Amino acid sequence: MATETAGKARFIDNLGKVYALYTLGFLAFFAFMAVLEKMGMGAQAIGVGFLLFTIAIYAIIGWLSRTAEVDAYYVAGREVPALYNGMATAADWMSGASFVALAGGVYFGGYPYLGFIVGWTGGYVLVNSLLAPYLRKFGCYTVPDFIGTRYGGNIARLCAVIVLVVASFTYVTAQINATGTIAAQTLGIPFELGVWLGLLGIFICSMLGGMRGVTWTQVAQYIVLIIAYLVPIIWMSNKQGFGIIPHFSYGDAVQRIAELEAQYGLKPALEAIPGVSVLTTPANAPAGQGWAMVSLAICMMAGTASLPHILMRYFTTPSVRSARRSVGWSLTFIFLLYFSAPALATLTKLQLLDPTLATSVIGKAFEDVSNLEWVKHWSSVGMLAVADQNGDGIVQLNEFFMRPDIVVLATPEIAGLPYVISGLVAAGGLAAAMSTADGLLLAIANALSHDLYYKIIDPKADTRRRLTVARVLLLFIGAAGALVASLKLTGILGAVAWAFDFACSGLFFPLVLGVWWKRANSAGAVAGMIGGFVVGSWYLYMVYNGLMDPWFGIDHIRFGIIGMPVSLVCMVVVSLLTPAPSKEVQDMVDEVRIPTGATILGTGH
Amino acid sequence: MSSNDAGSRERHWEKTRNLNTVIMILWVVFAIIIPFMASSLNSISFLGFPLGYYMCVQGSLIAFVAMIWVQNWRQDAIDDEFGVGD
Repeated sequence: MATETAGKARFIDNLGKVYALYTLGFLAFFAFMAVLEKMGMGAQAIGVGFLLFTIAIYAIIGWLSRTAEVDAYYVAGREVPALYNGMATAADWMSGASFVALAGGVYFGGYPYLGFIVGWTGGYVLVNSLLAPYLRKFGCYTVPDFIGTRYGGNIARLCAVIVLVVASFTYVTAQINATGTIAAQTLGIPFELGVWLGLLGIFICSMLGGMRGVTWTQVAQYIVLIIAYLVPIIWMSNKQGFGIIPHFSYGDAVQRIAELEAQYGLKPALEAIPGVSVLTTPANAPAGQGWAMVSLAICMMAGTASLPHILMRYFTTPSVRSARRSVGWSLTFIFLLYFSAPALATLTKLQLLDPTLATSVIGKAFEDVSNLEWVKHWSSVGMLAVADQNGDGIVQLNEFFMRPDIVVLATPEIAGLPYVISGLVAAGGLAAAMSTADGLLLAIANALSHDLYYKIIDPKADTRRRLTVARVLLLFIGAAGALVASLKLTGILGAVAWAFDFACSGLFFPLVLGVWWKRANSAGAVAGMIGGFVVGSWYLYMVYNGLMDPWFGIDHIRFGIIGMPVSLVCMVVVSLLTPAPSKEVQDMVDEVRIPTGATILGTGH
Repeated sequence: MSSNDAGSRERHWEKTRNLNTVIMILWVVFAIIIPFMASSLNSISFLGFPLGYYMCVQGSLIAFVAMIWVQNWRQDAIDDEFGVGD
């Protein structure tokens, strides 16, 4: 189709202009909303305006990117420049958990929680060194596609599909949950309705254009989410006198918080209130907690390098070199948010704790605090509670309850910023959750349609049939995810950490050794995937349900530490006990290791 | 073409592997060893931060970003040297 290709080429050439215009448009919309607020527009209307405006833009991009070609649907035609693929990966990567829950986690979790900060960035070093360029050279459409071709045989492919589906599905329910939470709060509708509404938005981005549609909406979503994350921090920092960019100058705040924590004392609440918690973990007290922090970081890093929705983003670049470069861009863009989250957590904590600041609540009269607008607002939805449990009429540190998730969402109000900032933050949270859900749903549906249906069940299916199957599966998996999310089985963060553990237990070593160890063979890979995945899942089941005491303090969010070594040992031992892979396979591995030349798998395979 | 010559391929892979080994060692230092030792590093002050805390929230992250860009720069040079860049 000549006209379509011509239109596409023009779009690719003008990416810079298109997205610059889009960013300006978004900022203009933000300014417009700020003016409307000054003129007396209500908080609810501003929130609704932000959500509808951004979703409308994503929908337009999704519609414009519709496609009927396999290559465009699965890998965006392999023409996404490194910089934009970096932005898309960053949006794909930064989930509702990163955006909404990360700063709150640092606020409440202290040092061990920093394992998420280190783990969710350091993993990209593994992606870049060990996997991304080689998988790009391979030319696969999905991650099981690599496993299936490298090791040969449907059993290896099927095992990879199963691990992928379990890990990604665990993750996607959390994202749909986050979408629903934000939609419900901003639009003032029931949570269950919010979940289905969020799903509708997710489908608009991914159904028509597949990977191509998701790529271009994710770039747009990254721009919204990073503006929404940084603006409140910079604004707040200026108000508190930490300069325009607080990241390098909040060291004093860290010291001051340590003093205040010692002064108030970190005591558990006299009477617990379900759903919300008081601060009991010091912000910076790492003594004796090294293993808790590092074990978490290791699981998250290896999980990063095994999660298919991330790896498949590097299949979309034009060359091996640009795949590597786009890993660099990805981490650069992710870094912008990750090094801001601890700054946000620290500044928010200081605002609440420091009695010399006007915004503080600790040590103030109970009467005054419970009459603050933001306290009333968040108490009314059950996400915050102030209770004078010792009856002295003064709010103590252990009488101020919060749900960790709301630190980011409530910060603009705590700091007394105008409501337009809260609307912006809601739009950012929605963009983060939607973009990750898109990527995950696509990873699952593509693995099932390409690897299970086309490669195993019906290899003779034509293009139209393959894409129809892919879209129908997307619909069903999305609906299943929304159904599970509406049951509210897990909190946002628990489910996310599990997804990383599942992925690294089952896929990390089969993927890495597939490139780095020629001797690895099919039987070994199958043993590695099954062994790691089954043992990891068993450990999760036993520890989570309290049937067994955790070994070496490895709790249910760190079960990858158990699964990974099992996977490695199974894979190496079984590989060595069975015959070496054929000459063709070993040559294929040699071919993967150099960037030049044709991909291993051809176009439209 | 030299890129198809087996000896040159082997040297290309050897250099690639060495570069990777260096990066992996740095990765272990910044992702595992330094965060693990945060407690003892905290007695040192850096930019007004306790150093251990600083490394976990910023220092290691900056190191990761730098490691990826430097590795890619070196790897591009290796690929070009053996005529296998794409």
